[in-house]
Amino acid sequence: MRFSGFRVLREALTGHGGWRPLWRNCEPQPSYDFVIVGGGGHGLATAYHLAAVFGQSRIAVLEKGWLGSGNIGRNTTIIRSNYLLPGNEPFYEFSMKLWENLEQELNFNAMVSQRGIVNLIHTDGQRDAYRRRGNAMLHAGADAQLLSRDQVRDLAPFLNFDNARFPIKGGLMQRRAGTARHDGVAWGYARAADLLGVDLIQNCEVTGFRIENGKVAGVDTTRGHIGAKKVGVAVAGSSGRVMAMAGMRLPIESHVLQAFVSEGLKPVIPGVITFGAGHFYVSQSDKGGLIFGGDIDGYNSYAQRGNLPVIEDVAEGGMALMPMIGRARLLRAWGGIMDMSMDGSPIIDRTPIEGLYLNAGWCYGGFKATPASGYAFAQLMATGNPHEAAAAYRLDRFTRGYVIDEKGAGATPNLH
Amino acid sequence: MLIPHPLLGLRDAQEFTYLGDAALLDRPDGLAADAEASFADYVYLRNNPAGVHRELWFHEHGDRSWLIVKRNTVTHEILGAELARDVALASRGEAQ
Repeated sequence: MRFSGFRVLREALTGHGGWRPLWRNCEPQPSYDFVIVGGGGHGLATAYHLAAVFGQSRIAVLEKGWLGSGNIGRNTTIIRSNYLLPGNEPFYEFSMKLWENLEQELNFNAMVSQRGIVNLIHTDGQRDAYRRRGNAMLHAGADAQLLSRDQVRDLAPFLNFDNARFPIKGGLMQRRAGTARHDGVAWGYARAADLLGVDLIQNCEVTGFRIENGKVAGVDTTRGHIGAKKVGVAVAGSSGRVMAMAGMRLPIESHVLQAFVSEGLKPVIPGVITFGAGHFYVSQSDKGGLIFGGDIDGYNSYAQRGNLPVIEDVAEGGMALMPMIGRARLLRAWGGIMDMSMDGSPIIDRTPIEGLYLNAGWCYGGFKATPASGYAFAQLMATGNPHEAAAAYRLDRFTRGYVIDEKGAGATPNLH
Repeated sequence: MLIPHPLLGLRDAQEFTYLGDAALLDRPDGLAADAEASFADYVYLRNNPAGVHRELWFHEHGDRSWLIVKRNTVTHEILGAELARDVALASRGEAQ
């Protein structure tokens, strides 16, 4: 079933009787070549790339709830590749390029909208740091542009340019960045994987790993044992819990991050605006709601909800940046569980257990990485060789001293 | 969240900063033969449990004492708090 404008028109004229479910609801087979644990964005993208790019078959995705029920359905939908360090920036730019062709590749409307992101500058030191970051982005083939104060004013005249503490002096713009429909990304990958024969198995929680002579043989689940030659784990905030079943401790703490959406307003915010100094960022959805957030709550949590002081803090950041939102009403606030790693960067690697692979540590930035994470994880699992853009995301980089610490905060997950 | 400070009673968690797992109190011996491996473990690896977690909170905007707070990471329920100093001394078998 291909989607097209013609198809929408035909269904509209014939009573919408021709739409079918986007994927089969599969029963688990006794064994597979590849089992992906976690039916979120990264897991579904991994399964899709295993089948579509690396020509593999006998693939299953196991999801304890429903597909896309974790962080892919809870994030603030931003896609960007404005990182600094050599281990990160080429990877995120690879992801950005995959985003740009995602909808055509999947034949699915994921509402990828390259409406730009601007990081605000308040001091000379920050301008130097962003100029350096912009140069690093250009080196990796991404786009970057340093904006003057007037250029930011043209873009977003409603900002408080003369805040006494953080006057706006300019910004770093990435025009190819933007937003995407987060659920649509999961559904698009799920449908495309299903069409290639991947079994998507929902309501199937992994309860243990079968490990024989240091080699993975399968997984035990709430729907019975499922044999597997290779198992890939992509479970975001639950990484610590799941890998503990394989006897592993990870360089990860799980923390809660809250996000917010206001009532629908007329279009006002042109792209994504980040106010790092005030711990606040904002964009506007196509429905008109302001989507915004700030810092993680800062303590270990698996609760998928946060506390009120952080809501107050984020609201204060928003009011400092754009006082006009003072009368907008908050529609919803929610939380997701972040797998905060010890250096703020992710892990895509083998584990000491043969055939068991780990994709984790995405902190609060996993959504934008979804396509590249799936591609690189699939390549590692299919060929045994890491993708060159993800080669730095080793599990043992911490003990070897090759951390990728964008913020320079050290082994303090709640500060990344 | 309200933290039951052993000396000051219930205090708002906002008065505290958070460090992490209370296992960080037990720093490995830097002169041991396996110090490199045990410090890599100490600095980078965490149990990260879903459920009861013993963790270090610093009363930065209060009496500047370190507490060990027992808290459920699934419900955010706080189950108790004690002075980290007392715990550290007791674990070394010293008088308080």
